[in-house]
Amino acid sequence: MEQEKEYLTFILNGEEFGVDILCVQELRVWSAVTQLPNKPEYIKGVINLRGVIIPIIDLRQRFGLTPLDYNEQTVTIILRSADTTKPMVVGIVVDAVSEVYKFALSSIRKPPAFGQKIDSCFLEGLASVDNKLIILLNSLSLLDQNELYQVDSAIHNNAVPV
Amino acid sequence: MSIDLSQFIPTFLEESFEGIELMEASLLTLEQGDAETINAIFRAAHSVKGGAGTFGFNHVTEFTHLVETLLDEMRDGRRDISQKDIEILLNAVDCMRILIEAIRDESTYDESKIAATSKLLAATLNDRSPSDERIDEDIHESSIENLSEEAATTDLEPGLQRWSISFIPEHHLVQTGNDPLLLLNALRELGEMSVLANCNSIPSLTEFDGTELYISWNIILLTAVGKEDIAEVFEWVEDDCQLIISKDEQIDKQSLEITEMTNNVLSESVKEAESPASKIVENTGAENPKVASHAQAHKPKVESSSIRVGVDKVDSLINLVGELVITQSMLSELGNDFDTSKVERLNAGLEQLLQNTKELQESVMRIRMLPISFAFNRFPRLIHDLSKKMDKEIELLISGEQTELDKSVMEQIGDPLVHLVRNAVDHGIEATDVRVANGKPEKGTVSLDAYHQGGSIVIEIKDDGGGIDREAVLAKAKERGLIDESSSLNDAQVYDLLFEPGFSTAKEVSDISGRGVGMDVVKRNIQSLGGRIQIESELGLGSTFKVFLPLTLAILDGQLIKVGREVYIIPLITIVESLQTQESLINRTSGGMVLYRLREDNVPVIPIYKLFNIPAENKEIKNSLLVVVEADGQKVGLMVDDLLAQQQVVVKSLNDNYQQVEGISGATILGDGSVAMILDVPSMITMALKVAKTQQETHIMTEEAMH
Repeated sequence: MEQEKEYLTFILNGEEFGVDILCVQELRVWSAVTQLPNKPEYIKGVINLRGVIIPIIDLRQRFGLTPLDYNEQTVTIILRSADTTKPMVVGIVVDAVSEVYKFALSSIRKPPAFGQKIDSCFLEGLASVDNKLIILLNSLSLLDQNELYQVDSAIHNNAVPV
Repeated sequence: MSIDLSQFIPTFLEESFEGIELMEASLLTLEQGDAETINAIFRAAHSVKGGAGTFGFNHVTEFTHLVETLLDEMRDGRRDISQKDIEILLNAVDCMRILIEAIRDESTYDESKIAATSKLLAATLNDRSPSDERIDEDIHESSIENLSEEAATTDLEPGLQRWSISFIPEHHLVQTGNDPLLLLNALRELGEMSVLANCNSIPSLTEFDGTELYISWNIILLTAVGKEDIAEVFEWVEDDCQLIISKDEQIDKQSLEITEMTNNVLSESVKEAESPASKIVENTGAENPKVASHAQAHKPKVESSSIRVGVDKVDSLINLVGELVITQSMLSELGNDFDTSKVERLNAGLEQLLQNTKELQESVMRIRMLPISFAFNRFPRLIHDLSKKMDKEIELLISGEQTELDKSVMEQIGDPLVHLVRNAVDHGIEATDVRVANGKPEKGTVSLDAYHQGGSIVIEIKDDGGGIDREAVLAKAKERGLIDESSSLNDAQVYDLLFEPGFSTAKEVSDISGRGVGMDVVKRNIQSLGGRIQIESELGLGSTFKVFLPLTLAILDGQLIKVGREVYIIPLITIVESLQTQESLINRTSGGMVLYRLREDNVPVIPIYKLFNIPAENKEIKNSLLVVVEADGQKVGLMVDDLLAQQQVVVKSLNDNYQQVEGISGATILGDGSVAMILDVPSMITMALKVAKTQQETHIMTEEAMH
């Protein structure tokens, strides 16, 4: 039998992105955060999720896009790493949640190496559904502290014209 | 059906460590004829051995068996308990710990130490009748030599190995229905064998008991089978004899020579011909040590991740949870059809809920609390070793060991305490002749005490030694330029100098202490736990080191403050006072630093909004609220917008899902469910200093540019 993987997709600046659904803990509406001092813009702060303190990342800003205003419709996806030895929970703010798709592993194509506005380390592959192209994000690097919290300055500077 | 044994290994390890600790503690108190203690030690050794056998850690089983045999002899009164034997046993206990730790960390261990100790144990076991041991041993040894030489001269067939077996049965072996003759016959079937019976232990006829076995055997066996097969022969008598099976050393030497020769040949061939095969040989040779050192370097320091909890504590928890469930169902029933007439009942219910929650919280906290004896129980051994090493007679008095302390505090306070005790023994207690000359008892006393005082735990390390020479400390401090010639200090300030890095008044540096490295580390460690240390001393009478520690790290008394929209928490322990600034006392320095005159002190003012780059209501220092905090002896004023309530907060780590944030030690959840940051005062001071420094530099640079 062909191996399949399920992805939750969300919209970010008109593009559709997908994350491994096994890493998605829950979806939440935007709630007020507590700021962390002297931290980059994309780290919005921390929230209390039933006694656990988790950081909230604005994925638009993390990927070097201009942020939207937050309102009651703003969605936060709470991701939890599947690696039980190093559990890490983080919330990402996205424009909207879209669908759940099932892709055969063989139908996922390798991402192009360059020319992306997002750090290529987060890219896992590309998949197409109904003539749409969905960018699949690598949950391992998305949930890796070093990758997530350290912005490749070259990419970031190019993306945000000063 | 098979059971996966590996799931029990952590339990085995935990129990083994407990057993080893018990053995160590009991050995130190062991006295002649103390049957109960020796039984306890024996039992502990036996269960370690049994456990190790179950899990197939044969090296542990073998080693522990030797220990057990020696203990068994002591237990049966066949051996006097001498100080020498106790030293050997303590050594053996150390080895057991090394072995078990190696299993836990899945790492390698120093095999030579284990081998040396097992040899020592075996040797101790062998000299059973000390009176005429010398002559007998001589005869015994020479005959063994003859025997092995004889065996060595016969040519070895390939695949055969020469085993030397020492089989020393317990006297009661035949009473258990075992016949040594059968065993020897079984051995003979394995290969060519020569046997030497040792009849040294046969007593005189008057003491002779016909039902006991007094003979032991030394056997040289030439066989193709492995050690396991030989050991299997002795399987049934394993517990009733002392058995050492080893490869004959002569063979080892020969084989060593052979390997050496091959190595030489190989290296020569490497030099001569650069054939790929020889390269591989070279590579593996070079690679191996690297791999070994790599494994050593990566040995993880495992913090014990489980705690043993008394059943009573768990029972009280279950009770409280039951109460909580009852209250909850009562409240939800009340909410089903609520009207204003029921407000009173609602309030009563909420009151009950508050009570339940509080009790539950306290009970849960109590689970993390362990008696401080966990930290204290290593000291008898330490004192024992130190007093031997330094030739000082020292008595250790421990009291208050039932005082409970948070587990995480306990784990981190161990090393600083060891340091303080070492100091007390080395610098505190004088040499015996000095003590006698000063009219003190020969035996020095070091006492450890722990008790509650207010919200903290106090640990006292007290010695009746020479005390701290105030003048010597002062002179040293002046010599090192730590204080001015003219400055006058009170006692506490003088003793505080001891915590300066590199400060030591010891005239001689010993390998125990005196390098002046450490006291500053001790102080830092204690401070990082939120505690402090205080010295009291009287010259000629002794010194007392008092360590004050918070009861727990998980809960903290905090002052809630507000800056802009954010609420922060300042640990209450760091706060000196809070005040409203008066304009006349504000001084501005170059570089934008602001100092506030607080009686004798000038306190630097740190506006939190500036440090954290957040919006604030009040940016004017004049008439603002200042919380004066102290850390590492440095006072600073934190400028805040508003002072809110004081409350206990539960500390949550930011590291779990994020990383350390400068100036923040953790976070907590407030009553409304929002998150508030707990300020890390020492780190904030460092941050502010850094900022001030860069500001000053830019200030100077702009001034230079203007000129």
